Amino acid sequence: MMAEYSPEYVGTVTRYVFVESPSMTPGELALRAYEASEGVLIKETCFGLQVTGDPESVDRLIEEIRTFDPSHIFVKDRGFPPGDPRRCRANLGGARPGYLGHEREFRILRYITRGLEELDRRGEEAEVPEEPAPPVREKKPKLDIKRLQELIETEES
Amino acid sequence: MAKVFIYPATSLILSDLVARFGHKPLGAALGIRERIQTAGVDSPPLQITPEEPKRGLKYAAVEVPSGVRGRMAIYGPLLEEAEAAIIVTDADLAFGCMGCARTDELILFSLRQSGIPILELKYPTNEEEGVQFVAAVKKFLAGLENGGEA
Repeated sequence: MMAEYSPEYVGTVTRYVFVESPSMTPGELALRAYEASEGVLIKETCFGLQVTGDPESVDRLIEEIRTFDPSHIFVKDRGFPPGDPRRCRANLGGARPGYLGHEREFRILRYITRGLEELDRRGEEAEVPEEPAPPVREKKPKLDIKRLQELIETEES
Repeated sequence: MAKVFIYPATSLILSDLVARFGHKPLGAALGIRERIQTAGVDSPPLQITPEEPKRGLKYAAVEVPSGVRGRMAIYGPLLEEAEAAIIVTDADLAFGCMGCARTDELILFSLRQSGIPILELKYPTNEEEGVQFVAAVKKFLAGLENGGEA
């Protein structure tokens, strides 16, 4: 028989705050965020913060957090509240599901930072000289029949 | 403020840029949050209950595997809500099991069929591409009917 489910943190939103900055660590970010938190739940992580609270308070806090280091702080929504036993690695062990995706994009953040700074520098003249990249739908090369044969033979041996 | 669907739906970069330039990113977290915060039958980890594949019938035929229909119950309403979309075409982080892979294909197909404005990009691999990436996103978002701050 299926058990009943009573959710926690109903009506709140949770957001991740990532910091990839040469001048600010997640610890410093957390300290400054606590000062401005006004009742929003803040959890420090290795990459930044998780903030949880009612939508208006979280929006206000995020707006303030972004001003600390605008081009090095990145924010995204999270579906689960912090420490949820279904996601928290304290219960599951290993990396939290979703962490590997973050890790992959984290490596690209420095290029995005560069883009944001460059557009800021150009200001109003930030017209894109070239059109946005046209739709790219590359066809993957088909598997060569000889290669397929090799794969089958390797598998069989 | 326009509602912009992002693909990969869990993308930090797209979610941040869309919000930063004054629009609302529609990603997986919104659909998951809705389920996590709704009382009902306990069905960890994502609260996908047997009801979800039924709801998914709106977006995929009955012979489509329930794994795809269940996922479409999360993404379908977001696709309906979307007024624009940004797609990263080389998102290797968006891999998954066959259910995820087929759902991703259906999401992209549905977006392209819907007729909403779509920006397709590749992840930047150097600083110059980073500038182009951000500029393209900013220009696309600024061109949407519902304004924004871009």
